[in-house]
Amino acid sequence: MSTGAPLLELEGVSKRFGPVQALDRVDFAVHAGEVVGLVGDNGAGKSTLVKTIAGIHAADDGTIRFEGQEVSISKPQDATGLGIATVYQDLALCDNLDVVANLFLGREEVSPGTGTLSRQLDEARMEHQTGELLSNLAVTIPSLRSEVGTLSGGQRQQVAVARSLLGEPKVVLLDEPTAALGVAQTAQVLQLIRRLRERELGVVVISHNLVDVFEVADRIFVLRLGRAAGEFNAEATTEEHVVSAITGVGADGERKKDDPAPGESGLGEEKA
Amino acid sequence: MSDAALASADGEEDLPRRKETIRRLVQGDLASLRVVIGLALIWAIFQFENDRFLSAQNLTNLMLQITAIGLISVGIVFVLLLGEIDLSVGAVSGLAAAVMAVLSVKHGWSPYLAIAAAIAVGMAIGVLQGSLFSRFVVPSFVVTLAGLLAWQGALLQVLGSTGSINLTDPKITGLANTFYSDTVGWIFAAIVIGGYGAVLFLGHRRRVAAGLDRESLSGLVFRFALVAVVTIVATTVLNSDRGVPLALLILLTFVVGMEYVVKRTGFGRHVFAVGGNAEAARRAGIPVNAIRVAVFGIAGTMAAIGGIMAASRLLAVNQNSGGNELLLLAIAGPVIAGTSLFGGRGSVWTALMGALVIGSISNGMDLLALSSAVKFMVTGGVLLLAVLVDAVARQQRQGSGRV
Repeated sequence: MSTGAPLLELEGVSKRFGPVQALDRVDFAVHAGEVVGLVGDNGAGKSTLVKTIAGIHAADDGTIRFEGQEVSISKPQDATGLGIATVYQDLALCDNLDVVANLFLGREEVSPGTGTLSRQLDEARMEHQTGELLSNLAVTIPSLRSEVGTLSGGQRQQVAVARSLLGEPKVVLLDEPTAALGVAQTAQVLQLIRRLRERELGVVVISHNLVDVFEVADRIFVLRLGRAAGEFNAEATTEEHVVSAITGVGADGERKKDDPAPGESGLGEEKA
Repeated sequence: MSDAALASADGEEDLPRRKETIRRLVQGDLASLRVVIGLALIWAIFQFENDRFLSAQNLTNLMLQITAIGLISVGIVFVLLLGEIDLSVGAVSGLAAAVMAVLSVKHGWSPYLAIAAAIAVGMAIGVLQGSLFSRFVVPSFVVTLAGLLAWQGALLQVLGSTGSINLTDPKITGLANTFYSDTVGWIFAAIVIGGYGAVLFLGHRRRVAAGLDRESLSGLVFRFALVAVVTIVATTVLNSDRGVPLALLILLTFVVGMEYVVKRTGFGRHVFAVGGNAEAARRAGIPVNAIRVAVFGIAGTMAAIGGIMAASRLLAVNQNSGGNELLLLAIAGPVIAGTSLFGGRGSVWTALMGALVIGSISNGMDLLALSSAVKFMVTGGVLLLAVLVDAVARQQRQGSGRV
């Protein structure tokens, strides 16, 4: 599964917002064909880490390597140019447009041969490609011409994920893809994430829901107060161990990092 | 996809598609049907009250009456699609007409240059207002309200002490007062019918080539027949009076052209996206502010063109040009015909259909010699009804939006 050199590798990445050390010398890696679950309590730095990779915040310190090459990611276009796609929690879909229009938003296909002024949209080609992409991903949607606003939350999430794949990315970052979804819809989205893995993409899933993370992730990476607080093979560990890494409260002997701010324990128990 | 797969899928997909049609009808996507029914009702009532209403002469008058409002509404549709409002279009139409009149009559400019200057003024004003709105994030309502006052002042300034300028140039007065012979009228009709048939056929062929579901043949034939019948009936009626008016052709050209821009081009798609979810549009790399400026530029341009047509019909520009209820009717029209005030939904056809509805009500009440008091109240009632229907449709969409 995660053999060979990592696709994306962060080394000693730090980010500070004023007095807050949001990320403190974090090492992080994703391999092709691997799903990494990124977990941690609120304020642990998950979102900051993802935004650093996505180019929304530039890292203060540390190096980022993509396919072995050292790269600098200082704006979102840098990340998309490398092949890193991000699906944000609030989806960023236009409810009033149909599935095809949303998928191709901002990169519409234009009919060949027409003048620059008229530039007619090639609806047939876009619909054809949408159909192919969604059926490859086994995403079922009543009609490609349904308005996105009429779809269920799970379908919308799947459309958002499918949209990120149009740019042929190598790494996909998913921010809370199963938040606010029902059981069946969550299962659909997790199934879609597995299909991304089959396509040899590197997938990073941020989630609060450990059940979902265990369901889909190969590796679980825990952040706590901006630092790496543990890395687990999803098949070889238990929820208890992960929870203790998230909260910093020691469970039986799993490697427990030095606690930068003691006395904050007991927060995450109810998450388990 | 193979034909066999398509054939087997057809039966199963029939039901969802029918459900989809019903949903669209209920939730107002097919508001065009609603407005056609409304228009038929209005025509029936007025015809019942006064049998001159549906006479060829009166219907020709109606077409001439709706040209200016319809053209201004075309620009308003773009603004409404963004979820914004432009209150200055009435004043801009008056100012642009005044600029044209002064240049043509007082300075002896050629009619083409005078018209071009008037359109340029409208466009510049729209771009200015759009820039202020997007650059400083001031509500468009306030920017264009300020514009409404300022451009009305500018109109008085441009007209000068006389307060009224009579148009003399035959090219300018001809815009709203030219009628074509029967033969020319039928040639136009043939172009419309043939062009629509070609668009339907090419679109169908492209979908077949791409292996996509296509509309049933009966649906295509129905749509083609509908347009053909309407065109033939309209041409017959207009020919039996003075003939097809140039003004109507100008209006139709802009409606069809702008509908193409809105529905078939990347720019139009981006207008819908910004109106639906500006943040999503921004993240998709769409230049949101440039779209906004362009849309207000279009609104100003169309206002100027509408103003020119109104002046041509009146044969003069005066202090009332672009004033009175013109602004509100130009906004009310598209809303009545189904363009949402909340942004992201609508079409340029609603400019034409809305102008027809409002024009019919106004024309019919004139025939019945009703007082202005009644006219205003009835028009207000119709607008309120339309906005309520729009709001209810929106609530239903939201209700069924997320499971």
